[in-house]
Amino acid sequence: MSRPAIKTEAATPLVQLQGIRKDYQRGSETVHVLQALDLDIPRGDFLALMGPSGSGKTTLLNLLGGIDRPSEGRLLVDGTDIANYGESDLARWRARHVGFVFQLYHLLPVLSAERNVELPLLLTGLTASERKRRVQAALSLANIADRAKHKPSELSGGQEQRVGIARAIVGDPLLLLCDEPTGDLDRKSGDEILDLLQALNREQGKTIVMVTHDPHAAARARRILYMNKGKLSTEPER
Amino acid sequence: MRYLPLIWANLMRRKVRTIFTLLSVFIAFMLFAVLGAVDQAFTGGVQLADANRLVVTNKIGLINSMPINYADRIATVPGVSQITWQEWVGAYFQDPHQPITGFGVDENTFLGVHDDMQVPPEQAQAWVKDRQGVLIGEAVAKRYGWKLGDHFPLRSNIWRDKQGNSTWDVTVDGIYHGGPGDQLLMHYKYLDDTRAFRNNQVGMFLLKIASPDKAASVSEQVDQMFTNSDAETKTSTEKAFVQGFAAMLGNIGKIVTGIVTAVLFSMLLVIANTMAQSIRERVSELAVLKALGFSRRGVGLMVLAESLLVTALGGVFGLLLGAGMANGIGSKLPFVQDFHTPPKILAIGILLMAMLGLLAGLLPAAQAMRLQVAAALRRA
Repeated sequence: MSRPAIKTEAATPLVQLQGIRKDYQRGSETVHVLQALDLDIPRGDFLALMGPSGSGKTTLLNLLGGIDRPSEGRLLVDGTDIANYGESDLARWRARHVGFVFQLYHLLPVLSAERNVELPLLLTGLTASERKRRVQAALSLANIADRAKHKPSELSGGQEQRVGIARAIVGDPLLLLCDEPTGDLDRKSGDEILDLLQALNREQGKTIVMVTHDPHAAARARRILYMNKGKLSTEPER
Repeated sequence: MRYLPLIWANLMRRKVRTIFTLLSVFIAFMLFAVLGAVDQAFTGGVQLADANRLVVTNKIGLINSMPINYADRIATVPGVSQITWQEWVGAYFQDPHQPITGFGVDENTFLGVHDDMQVPPEQAQAWVKDRQGVLIGEAVAKRYGWKLGDHFPLRSNIWRDKQGNSTWDVTVDGIYHGGPGDQLLMHYKYLDDTRAFRNNQVGMFLLKIASPDKAASVSEQVDQMFTNSDAETKTSTEKAFVQGFAAMLGNIGKIVTGIVTAVLFSMLLVIANTMAQSIRERVSELAVLKALGFSRRGVGLMVLAESLLVTALGGVFGLLLGAGMANGIGSKLPFVQDFHTPPKILAIGILLMAMLGLLAGLLPAAQAMRLQVAAALRRA
């Protein structure tokens, strides 16, 4: 489950964005969502992406997670350029290398917490007992093992997000991508989730990219980048 | 198998909807099995028909008779090797609502023409010698518990004797095997000598011909022989006769096919609608599955599996209950021969189930496969 922490300054970047552009066609108009982005994300980084709505944060997160493809540029993750992967290759890659944490948790309401966490493991060749062992470990790491048998409707928002995080880490991914993970939670529950993400970063060496509007949440990251009109900067737009 | 809990959980998401859909499929396939038995009952006789046998009836219809002396003239037609005749008795035992397929037959020639009916020689001889003797099929023996030597009053809902009674005392002289097992065969002479009307007339002649190639020419010659007589004839192969008899009751095959097609088409719409609703309700969930790494194909197959599971669950139980019901109905309708759902219908049912499940799930599966993850999550 755990991956040894690697000192960021000495490591090869886990993620490298080179001249990444993303354009959408809206009717006859071409919308340039991301404009020639270059970015290195070292292993073990905890990067917060901030910026106004529509600035391209979530689009960037989707590209990093392989659920969208760039219009142009190279996107290297662990040395592999995923920019030109086909849909099924990307699906396989996502299953092995990425964990997603969503603002609205997106747990399957018909499944118990442990069955939700097990979902990414269904795509592996693991036996049922090995899957069960890993699910228990992930739930324990997310401090939600006592609610394993409960359905999402029987959990609080904070508990649901813990299950979401357990689902994201159960496959031991290289990269954890969090889209507003505290955006739907009260301050106390949000803080608990941020504590958990920080612990995963510091103690498990997980590389995390977190999109947030909340400066309080962003302050927990190792570094903050600001996105505005499709461009990245280290300073917020004034 | 590892996806089964997920597929099952999705199916049970809206229990009431799923139960109603399952019930619809269940009833459709139950009907399919029962109608399959109906079709079998009405067409099963065709399979027993012999290509070497011709049936001669009155041209006007089955109810009308022909003089028995036609037999001598028909026997002279080249190609006819044997001839026999039979008369409908309208027989029953005690309960007029439980008829027996009974015929008055010529005891000397009947078994020669009907060589598919196997009777032990000593029983056949006893029957030929005993004017009041009857041969019964195994099904009749089983139904009434009759054994060799049993006497019983056979009643007719058509004939009366000269005293106005409708009862003929008969004795079981033989039990035949093979052929249509639900018949009772009494001596024509016994019936004809005692009945009050339509004497020396028969309802049907049966001819054995040397080869099926002769069927057309023999039929033509027989019918020509009685052209312009009081009782013109219609000669056909036994198979054509049985099919024609079934057709008189309505084209059962076509009716059954029509009903089944309409029911299954309705089922296709019901299941497709259930699946489409189910997919619409969980667009974001399918998007999440794809984000977690489930492939387009995997998600599509999961939707198809759901559709197949609904159809298979409802369909298999429906078929089994339908087949059971057909057996039950068959035992209550002893005068209807072979009322059961044949294995072929069960196999076709399973094939239809698979086709129905696949067709109904195809469009929703395609929708699930086409789903764009980023767009679907944005909308959620």
